[in-house]
Amino acid sequence: MARTILPFGPQHPVLPEPLHLKLTIENETVVEALPTLGYVHRGLEKLCEIRDFNQMIQIVERVCGICSCLHALCYCEGVEQIMGVEVPRRAKYLRTIWGELHRMHSHLLWLGLFADAFGFESLFMQFWRIRERIMDIMEATCGNRVVVSVNVIGGVRRDLSPEQCQWIEEQLAISEKELKQLSDTILSDYTVKKRTVGVGVLTKEQAYQLGAAGPTLRGSGWAQDVRQTGYAAFGELGFEPIVEYGCDSYARSAVRFRETLQSIDLVRLAIARMPAGETAADVAGAMEDDTPKPVSAGERRDIMQAYNRDKRHRFVTAPPPNLDLPAGHVAAKVKGKPDGEAVTRVEQPRGELLYYIKGNGSKNMERVRIRTPTFANIPPLLAMLPGCELADVPVIVLSIDPCISCTER
Amino acid sequence: MFGNMINKGRIKSPWVVHFDCGSCNGCDIEVLACLTPIYDIERFGIINVGNPKHADVLLVTGTVNQRNKHVLKNIYDQMPGPKAVIAIGACGCTGGVFREAYNVVGGVDKVIPVDVYVPGCPARPEAIIDGVVAALEKVKTLLGMTA
Repeated sequence: MARTILPFGPQHPVLPEPLHLKLTIENETVVEALPTLGYVHRGLEKLCEIRDFNQMIQIVERVCGICSCLHALCYCEGVEQIMGVEVPRRAKYLRTIWGELHRMHSHLLWLGLFADAFGFESLFMQFWRIRERIMDIMEATCGNRVVVSVNVIGGVRRDLSPEQCQWIEEQLAISEKELKQLSDTILSDYTVKKRTVGVGVLTKEQAYQLGAAGPTLRGSGWAQDVRQTGYAAFGELGFEPIVEYGCDSYARSAVRFRETLQSIDLVRLAIARMPAGETAADVAGAMEDDTPKPVSAGERRDIMQAYNRDKRHRFVTAPPPNLDLPAGHVAAKVKGKPDGEAVTRVEQPRGELLYYIKGNGSKNMERVRIRTPTFANIPPLLAMLPGCELADVPVIVLSIDPCISCTER
Repeated sequence: MFGNMINKGRIKSPWVVHFDCGSCNGCDIEVLACLTPIYDIERFGIINVGNPKHADVLLVTGTVNQRNKHVLKNIYDQMPGPKAVIAIGACGCTGGVFREAYNVVGGVDKVIPVDVYVPGCPARPEAIIDGVVAALEKVKTLLGMTA
């Protein structure tokens, strides 16, 4: 059988980012796939030698615009660990809220792009319409749509007023309603299932051996999520990962769809349980005295029931109550220089994000190493591609939610 | 007369092609957001196409690096004239926060001529739409249609 080599990318309509795949095909079947990377490599890790450790927050936020908040969170937690800073509990909750809002917008973005990959353009438009509401929340609370830049070393830069929390809950209630209307289409529509079920199979063993991360891993039946380790406020919110057992593109899209709904619930829980207090500790500052308690099953039920009884949330399209952004207490001065090393992990929308940070007592970091989830998910992608139809390649490539600018930094 | 009609069509319905040139995705998702129901650039006749040979306007996001500067030049050369280039975001304009990184060449104008600069990190969808409208003025001048 004659073999043909077909280039896929770097500029391809289905990919928002430049990824090049050299596909060897026999008739319509892919036999081998070889990736070529490096089109968006900038060399951000080395910038830590020029920028000081506070300025690096702005650099790591721009590793990836889609999950910028979580990059900054991971970096700040690492520096806080080195410098021995205890973050106020309210700041931890605020970090959780913005982190989950970021996960929602990222998953909605992906669900739209995934629908576009199998040619369902109206579904793409629907998901992006819902996503704009999340973007509005971020703009109203942080002042920017995409790069929210709320994390600082020692806490967060902004606070949420009670009116803003109320408004966020209203907006999320509308989003949840709209999202549930789409669940029939993305999860049980005949044509959608034809394109996703059984496409891009990654067995449970393969997912483990190849080191998959995030929804790619959870779609193959592994209940593993870094949020289980309880960073930020997740330890108190009773978080449980979402798992699907289909091992195919459909399972991965179902994981992301259900995680979006779960994120809405997590934001609600975090708003309901958010304690009063400071939003940022002075670095090398005082410890909080109250001891945190994890959410109990009864408390979670009460919060959700009270929420469901509250009819104010229904059909409200009021503008945000206060457009003057309430500024949180920003740590007046970061005293001292980081000396030591730390490894921190957070759950990005795409999977496990790992930072290794090493300071040497000067204002510049000696080393910042970033390991991103798409880097972990490329070997599983190459295992999924051989044997598939050429027409399924866009669906399979998108099913790992590739973020090339994360991978190449 | 036929030429006049084509030129009118060019101004009323510009086709854009988007190239991610080492951006952090922030500007790319804002370019995509322009297509979606809230901003909906198709109501102005602006259509996003995948093929540079069909396009009148090139939207470039992100910094240029050593590897993709050839790809960018290639895409620019494939576009038929008259054409306009829009650099989107702080990175596309000057290199932004990445300008001192070792693999970064700088702004888009280091490689191809840029007509409109849209600042912002990331640039807002309204600003991107405004940039496309400003680029059309440039195309009008090239066509000798300035009134």
